[in-house]
Amino acid sequence: MEAAHAHTPGYGHDDHDAHKPSGIKRWVMSTNHKDIGTMYLWFSFSMFLVGGVMALIIRSELFQPGLQIVQPDFFNSMITYHGLIMVFGAIMPAFVGFANWLIPMQVGAPDMAFPRMNNLSFWLLPPAALLLIVAQFMPGGGAGVGWTLYAPLSTQAGPAMDLTIFAIHILGMSSIMGSINIITTILNMRAPGMTLMKMPLFCWTWLITAYLLVAVMPVLAGAVTMTLTDRHFGTHFFNAAGGGDPVLYQHIFWFFGHPEVYIIAIPAFGVVSQVIPAFSRKPLFGYASMVYATASIAILSFMVWAHHMYTAGMPVEAQLYFMYATVLIAVPTGVKVFNWVATMWRGSLTFETPMLFALGFLFLFTLGGFTGLVLSIVPVDVQLHDTYYVVAHFHYVMVAGALFSAFAGIYFWLPKWTGRMYNETLGKWHFWLSLIFFNVTFFVQHFLGLAGMPRRIPDYALQFAEFNAISSIGAWGFGLAQLLFLYIVIKTITSGEKAPEKPWEGADSLEWTHLPTPAPWHSFETPPVVK
Amino acid sequence: MKNERANRRMMTRLSIFAVAMFGFGFALVPFYEKICEVTGINNLIKPAAEVVNTQVDKSRWVTMEFDANAHGLDWDFKPVQRSVRVHPGEMIQVEFDVRNNGSTAIVGQAIPSYGPKHAAPYVKKMECFCFKQQPLQVGEGKRMPVQFILDSTLPADVNTITLSYTFFEVKGAPVAQAKSGGKG
Ligand code: HEM
Ligand SMILES: [Cu+2]
Repeated sequence: MEAAHAHTPGYGHDDHDAHKPSGIKRWVMSTNHKDIGTMYLWFSFSMFLVGGVMALIIRSELFQPGLQIVQPDFFNSMITYHGLIMVFGAIMPAFVGFANWLIPMQVGAPDMAFPRMNNLSFWLLPPAALLLIVAQFMPGGGAGVGWTLYAPLSTQAGPAMDLTIFAIHILGMSSIMGSINIITTILNMRAPGMTLMKMPLFCWTWLITAYLLVAVMPVLAGAVTMTLTDRHFGTHFFNAAGGGDPVLYQHIFWFFGHPEVYIIAIPAFGVVSQVIPAFSRKPLFGYASMVYATASIAILSFMVWAHHMYTAGMPVEAQLYFMYATVLIAVPTGVKVFNWVATMWRGSLTFETPMLFALGFLFLFTLGGFTGLVLSIVPVDVQLHDTYYVVAHFHYVMVAGALFSAFAGIYFWLPKWTGRMYNETLGKWHFWLSLIFFNVTFFVQHFLGLAGMPRRIPDYALQFAEFNAISSIGAWGFGLAQLLFLYIVIKTITSGEKAPEKPWEGADSLEWTHLPTPAPWHSFETPPVVK
Repeated sequence: MKNERANRRMMTRLSIFAVAMFGFGFALVPFYEKICEVTGINNLIKPAAEVVNTQVDKSRWVTMEFDANAHGLDWDFKPVQRSVRVHPGEMIQVEFDVRNNGSTAIVGQAIPSYGPKHAAPYVKKMECFCFKQQPLQVGEGKRMPVQFILDSTLPADVNTITLSYTFFEVKGAPVAQAKSGGKG
């Protein structure tokens, strides 16, 4: 077992934290799953801030009709990179950070299966992020193509597009390597007695997510490679003049894209499935059905991609198939929501910050699921496609869903990771401010969409003015509330109160029951025995 | 040690899977083309398969409008008639003029599009310059025909159809030996 990290120089199998390399080398050369997890989480948070600034530029421009602050080209670029940075830079790395920190501890392994590949997976991220940021300063500015990078706009965009494509390639490689690591750790390195069906649900959700990633990230890489060769090497994949078809891009993109939304959502399900039982002081209701529901969501997610393309031109039979298949996903999703609620039923509940965020997730993610169902109905979607209704839908599932779940996870595990407690009062403030401002920002966008306001535009008709102003105020409030989160985390790390050995009495996975607080630098030198 | 070997084996398998999925992305291209071909979607630059109903519907008039653009080409491209009034089922021929005003010989490919979009399948083109790539020497001009029949099953609410062509450059095609239209 120790062989995995035994031959990295300077990392001999020390069982004392004292041996860990100091200074910058500890991070740059790190092969330790906890240090790498920490770096993932900080990287994710800094990208969250960058993407957040872009969002505020967008919302500030939309505060009033007319063009006040930015030019349309720059606005479009903000739309593109806000989406890309939040999806690939903030949300995905955040959950990979959780995976790194938690999976080895939860399955009783000493570290990840391939510690040096783990280091590489992380260190690919900063250059990719840099490419996305530098793209803004290319001649012609950032590519105003939207995060979906649709052809033919993307095949005609300026040089920023090339940087963006390379960034996607690098991010894809990072994700694939990270996923290989996670799958191998979970399948091969579990402690004796830790059968698959005894694993904490978080590990299950990541196992499934990692398979999704290995399956679809290469498809996205293929799609952007085709865009690149269309741009520079005279191929005609998406170029109508040469017999190609821009709609083909949409099919390939969404073949990746719909599983991608579950790549974002499923680890969030995992975190919530750890948090809710802990604060209900009851085991998770319907563990096995949770595993099966997650797996069926993952499988179904490959068969519904064209619900993003109802208006792109499709035979009505295909529309009907994609509509029914999409609606079908609501069944396993409903099973999960039912199980979370049933876990709380007759539990002895307490409402510390992690639980609050998990409950926020539960309510708002479900709402986002409902608007998803509305959108999956073809005749409705023909009306709502590319309006703010879609923007509201996916922010409910991605912000109030995935991001809230990440907050729940941070508050939940921060005491384990740092040995210090966060400030409960400030944590609650962070939750309520986030909850309220989130809804102020995005709830009104449903109305805007229903009234016909298109998405991805810098200016709009006067009748949309009030709701846009409200939404922009909400966005600023939400953004500022996240600075409070940064403050809380820094304060916890530097001067938080010492955390008790087991701060949450209901928590029952190995990292809580078998390891001291704070978790030692190396987890399980000798595997624990799980009964 | 045993574990490490098992880990490596798993890494190899997963890497092969990832590479295969990269290939799968490209395999979607011919797959998509096949589906379009089999279902008859998107055959814009191929002659219509057959016209089932050639009964001319004298009771109905539809206005066909024509539009022509050159995308990034210094070509002068316009319809000879801006619009014609036609009966569904009637065989119609119209013409377009094109001239290369640029300083290089170029092969172009015209791509049709229709407004309203859902009228597209009812415009059955028998003959069209868009079925072929069009090489034009410097200063060369051509008059090119389009022959079509409006299918008489055209929905009753469609009274005007705009047929718009855009010429694109076919990069890398030798001007001397332009091939027949794209794959569709
Ligand atoms: C019951 C579950 C869900 C259903 C039925 C559903 C359905 C849909 C449909 C039909 C659309 C297309 C709307 C349009 O463009 O006109 C859509 C868009 C979207 N959904 Fe969902 N969805 C569900 C869950 C999720 C989840 C869990 C996420 C992510 C965490 C998500 C993220 C997105 C995103 C990002 C878009 C917009 C993509 C874009 O055009 O940029 N959805 N959803
Ligand atoms: Cu989808």
